[in-house]
Amino acid sequence: MLSRTAENLFWLARYVERAEYLARTIDATLRVTALPAAYIGKTNEWDSALLTAGVGSSFYDHYPEANEQNVIEYLSFSAENPSSIKNCIESARLNSRSVRTALTSEMWDTINSAWIELQAVWNKGTANREDLAKFLRFVQETSLRFDGSAYRTMLRNDAYWFSRIGVHLERADNTARILDVKYHVLLPEEEHVGGPLDYYQWTSILRSVSALTAYHWVYRETLKPWLIADLLILNDTLPRSLASCYSNLVRNLDQIGVAYGRQGAAQRHARGIRNRLEHSHMDDIFQHGVHEFIQEFIADNSRLGEIITKQYLI
Amino acid sequence: MAVAFDEMNGLGEDIRPAYQELSRWLKETQPDALEYRRQEAELLFRRIGITFAVYGDAAAQERLIPFDVIPRIMSAKEWTLLENGLKQRVLALNMFLKDIYHGRDILRANIIPEDLIFQNPVFRPEMNGQNVPHDVYVHIAGIDIIRTDPENFIVLEDNARTPSGVSYMLENREIMMRLFPDLFARHRVAPVERYPDELLSALRSVAPHSASAEPTVALMTPGVYNSAYYEHSFLADKLGIELVEGRDLIVKNDEVFMRTTEGLKRVDVIYRRVDDDFLDPLTFRPDSALGVPGLMSAYAAGNITLANAVGTGIADDKAIYSYMPDIVKFYLSEEPILKNVQTWRCREPQDLSYVLDNLADLVVKEVHGSGGYGMLIGPAATKATIEAFRDKLKREPEGFIAQPTLALSTCPTCTDKGLAPRHVDLRPFVLTGSSHTTIVPGGLTRVALKEGSLVVNSSQGGGTKDTWILSE
Repeated sequence: MLSRTAENLFWLARYVERAEYLARTIDATLRVTALPAAYIGKTNEWDSALLTAGVGSSFYDHYPEANEQNVIEYLSFSAENPSSIKNCIESARLNSRSVRTALTSEMWDTINSAWIELQAVWNKGTANREDLAKFLRFVQETSLRFDGSAYRTMLRNDAYWFSRIGVHLERADNTARILDVKYHVLLPEEEHVGGPLDYYQWTSILRSVSALTAYHWVYRETLKPWLIADLLILNDTLPRSLASCYSNLVRNLDQIGVAYGRQGAAQRHARGIRNRLEHSHMDDIFQHGVHEFIQEFIADNSRLGEIITKQYLI
Repeated sequence: MAVAFDEMNGLGEDIRPAYQELSRWLKETQPDALEYRRQEAELLFRRIGITFAVYGDAAAQERLIPFDVIPRIMSAKEWTLLENGLKQRVLALNMFLKDIYHGRDILRANIIPEDLIFQNPVFRPEMNGQNVPHDVYVHIAGIDIIRTDPENFIVLEDNARTPSGVSYMLENREIMMRLFPDLFARHRVAPVERYPDELLSALRSVAPHSASAEPTVALMTPGVYNSAYYEHSFLADKLGIELVEGRDLIVKNDEVFMRTTEGLKRVDVIYRRVDDDFLDPLTFRPDSALGVPGLMSAYAAGNITLANAVGTGIADDKAIYSYMPDIVKFYLSEEPILKNVQTWRCREPQDLSYVLDNLADLVVKEVHGSGGYGMLIGPAATKATIEAFRDKLKREPEGFIAQPTLALSTCPTCTDKGLAPRHVDLRPFVLTGSSHTTIVPGGLTRVALKEGSLVVNSSQGGGTKDTWILSE
């Protein structure tokens, strides 16, 4: 297929995934900040939201203060923020138009209808909490529908694989960013058993990767920070864990390698990361520094993006 | 202006035979049922994303072309006449192009003045002596047809460069079949859906000799911001070929390749929807970012077929148009089946003085204009506009032609006040491959939605209709 088509599919999937992640982050932050001050402590949760979205510094070029209104505006509706939900949806639609021939009509319909529907939100904004909640839910549902359409309707060929690679690369980045910002509340030594402060931080993390219920199913335990870290980093059964993202990345890259009859740097690099995750234990990770581990992962993950681009997309 | 010929009611006598069933159906159908389906059609179009961009109108970057649900119907007999006329016309266009870029018999025979060719900016000297596979220059033609009476088909314009609109022919039919299954059941409408197959086989048949047995065809678009982008992606999808932009292509050793995820892949035929000027920055406009450097050199080497060929603009130029009846006679020794609109060439002093004396009654068009821009519609213009145009015309008479204002035929159309006659034209699409010419029975009917308006262009408030050719 055309390199440009593959590139568009890859980014289209990333934009949709990112929009969903932003909606989840805002959702989770709204819940935490709605708690009485005693439960959330002195940290500015809206600042954390900016950091996990990777726009911690650019935000302050446009706003003096990270409060609810400003952050929601910047993350959701701002034209200045290249990865606001609005810009993600706009870019997704533009990419979809460029690769319409590679999309199924169900996928196109999902993106195009969402784009049409959201014009009203861009024009009028959200008047109240209820509107906002509806909007955030709509964005998440759009992503689910898009993902579902891709899964159910696309031919299993390189177009599908490149699109899946986009999803998992973006997802891994998002999960890693949350961990990067929140790792300190997950450190065992900072645990205050039963302390309300951390408990709500923990649920907030799980909620933003839609893993709160999953946690209980997997561990059948009350929330323990090291288990949360284990779930998000190493547990292959959780779709948003780093380990799961990398199983998928390796599998999809392998499919491409087989179809094209050629393996390359991308396959090797992805397998390297996957192997490291497979052979790691949380104890070791905590011992060597969870923060360093996450930062290294983020760098490795974005390096994989560059390698894929060089190998296939240009 | 006299009452126009109506496709359904003729000149007011009985309902014409092809429309009898539609007329009965309309009487049985509630007006609000029509309105409901009209809204449904609009919703469908918007969801499918069949939009077009209007240049210079930022607020309406993506607009829908209004779709009228009342079909325009033609009998098999009318179609046969039109089909024969179109084949004849396109054959003559191709022979004319070959002649102009090779022997130039028609110039030596003094049928067309030389300067009209050589001074013409759409004449491409690069094409002199260049052979194209099977001598086909115009693989896809969109000939604009109008009627003023039941007997004649008149060509308004020959579009031989990159004619658009065929996606509407196909999508209009899809949507009509979805919304009006009952109406289809009562007619025998010839299908149009094989157009993409016909197009692909025509394109493959003109692959260069150096191509493999399974030639690779690609559709080249200027990109998502082009007004016809939807159509480009629609066609690429229906044909199952890659939709490429200039940046996806690269020329090496006079061969054209596309950049794919598996490396470079040779392309043999490009159905290009990019104008000549933008094809190759090394040959044409150096500032073009849409083109492919070296494409013309690969073309000259005979390693790539461009459809349509470079330089076809000289055949559909409005200045050449008036010579078309002579061109048909010269190459085919036949009487032209399709008529021409009477045309005054302002470059000729006698014609100019007639035009200047009768500006208020004439339509004056720029020779190189398109899309209905830059023209004067005398009867609809104010005195001041006419006078301003008169100055322009005197300054540069060779840039204009004039035609009488024609009472284009009308067709019943949904309006705010119920069904009313609106002026229509028709663009059938003529495909020419190595061995034969094909016309899918149908075309794009464009309708001027404003009462009394004669401008059917989508950029100026025109709409479209489904076009039905009935079987015997």
